[in-house]
Amino acid sequence: MRPLTDEETKIFFEKLSKYIGENIKLLLDRPDGSYCFRLHRDRVFYVREDMMKHAGNVSRKNLISFGSCFGRFSKGGKFKLHITALDFLAPYAKFKVWVKPSAEQQFVYGHHVMKSGLGRITENTPQYQGVVVYNMNDLPLGFGVAAKSTQECRHTDPMTLVAFHQADIGEFIRNEDALV
Amino acid sequence: MADLVEQVLAKEIEKQANYKTIEVTKDIDLEIDEGNLLAVDTNPFDIRKYKSKRDVCLKDLARDNAQLLINRIFQLPTEKEDGVVVVKVPKARAFTKWEEYAQMKGIQNKKRSKMVWDEQTKEHSQGTENKKYDYRNIARVQQTKVPGVGLTPTDAPSKDHVSKALAVAKRSTASVGKFTDSLRKEKPSKFTGKKRKFEENYGNLKNETSKQLDILQKLKNKEPVVDVARAVNTQMMEENSESSGKTPNRGKSKGFGGGKKGKGGPKGSFKGGKGFKGGRGGKGGGGGRGGYTVASNFLRNLVYFYSK
Repeated sequence: MRPLTDEETKIFFEKLSKYIGENIKLLLDRPDGSYCFRLHRDRVFYVREDMMKHAGNVSRKNLISFGSCFGRFSKGGKFKLHITALDFLAPYAKFKVWVKPSAEQQFVYGHHVMKSGLGRITENTPQYQGVVVYNMNDLPLGFGVAAKSTQECRHTDPMTLVAFHQADIGEFIRNEDALV
Repeated sequence: MADLVEQVLAKEIEKQANYKTIEVTKDIDLEIDEGNLLAVDTNPFDIRKYKSKRDVCLKDLARDNAQLLINRIFQLPTEKEDGVVVVKVPKARAFTKWEEYAQMKGIQNKKRSKMVWDEQTKEHSQGTENKKYDYRNIARVQQTKVPGVGLTPTDAPSKDHVSKALAVAKRSTASVGKFTDSLRKEKPSKFTGKKRKFEENYGNLKNETSKQLDILQKLKNKEPVVDVARAVNTQMMEENSESSGKTPNRGKSKGFGGGKKGKGGPKGSFKGGKGFKGGRGGKGGGGGRGGYTVASNFLRNLVYFYSK
């Protein structure tokens, strides 16, 4: 376990800001205690300070997880967000996509969102913007990337993709062994 | 008569006993490569038999395996050429991609044994590579510094070895290489030993946070202030809402493109004209100036986002 280097922090924040913009500030500067990001086995964990100190007592080999995992750095140095980060992305998300109940299951099984399944989308969403996906009851289902801007969405036919799937809550079952 | 039959039979049995059967059974089938006339036997070796009767054991094994190889060759389709029965042996196994690459690059799979034959003392001793660890262990026990083994000369130095030698040579001056000139386009050596250094895990968390906030600020500063894509989007939205017969709210504030000259403009091509609804009649919108109005409107949107 160690703090992120400047370079890593930059890469990580760049990715995170695609979804929550400058709201990262709210994750760093919290009134209810001091929280920090820690790197362990290429994974970035968001953890309360005292919990981090407790976890520090566990040897590196035996430590599997602490706090909540945001994602991991690939060997190539890119950062990939995991579904476990959804709890922190959803409240601060800048751009959202709501899917219809009929398309909900499709998304949760790992498919992209089609225009026919699109319930609502945040106004002025640019193309390729990171979005958090909700169902119509405002339950966060996962996140992805807008394949079309809000404007373009209005004119496309029902079978075109409007949001690319990146992670969904179905992964908690499908991908259980890889999630930490 | 019966005597004769018995004699013939006995002779036959005796004759057969001299020749072994061509059927050989093995627990694990041999890997036979007919192209190279190669058979590889992966069956476990009977050490007890080998120790008691070495020659017999090896001979038997060789015969059996050769038999299997010959058997396989006899199964191949035969041809007749000049009155002789011949067999076309299949092509030798093609090289795998790695083997081809290794051959091209001259990579040889070599095993490094721990022990090296010493010509002078006529016995096996540990190689230099291992000696290094040996020294290190001794030094650790005695709590002294590890003596540097340095670079040992090799017959065919690899690229790595040469660059290592260069790095050592550069440092081998009285001033530890401080004044050694480097070449014009010389790359920094891989072997100068850069230590990875990370921040303290339990350091000051406030400093860490403020540092991260700084990074965040820098990232934000890097973003362009004018969001062109968004401006274009808004532009498109306005055009759409106009063509469907609504007057955009923001367009009212300024009278871009609201010229009252130029009768007979195309229907529905007004761009944010003040007080015009749905392009009824032929007023305004300047027939030839459509392109200009679009551009100016786009510019206005840009300005709008800039001011935000």
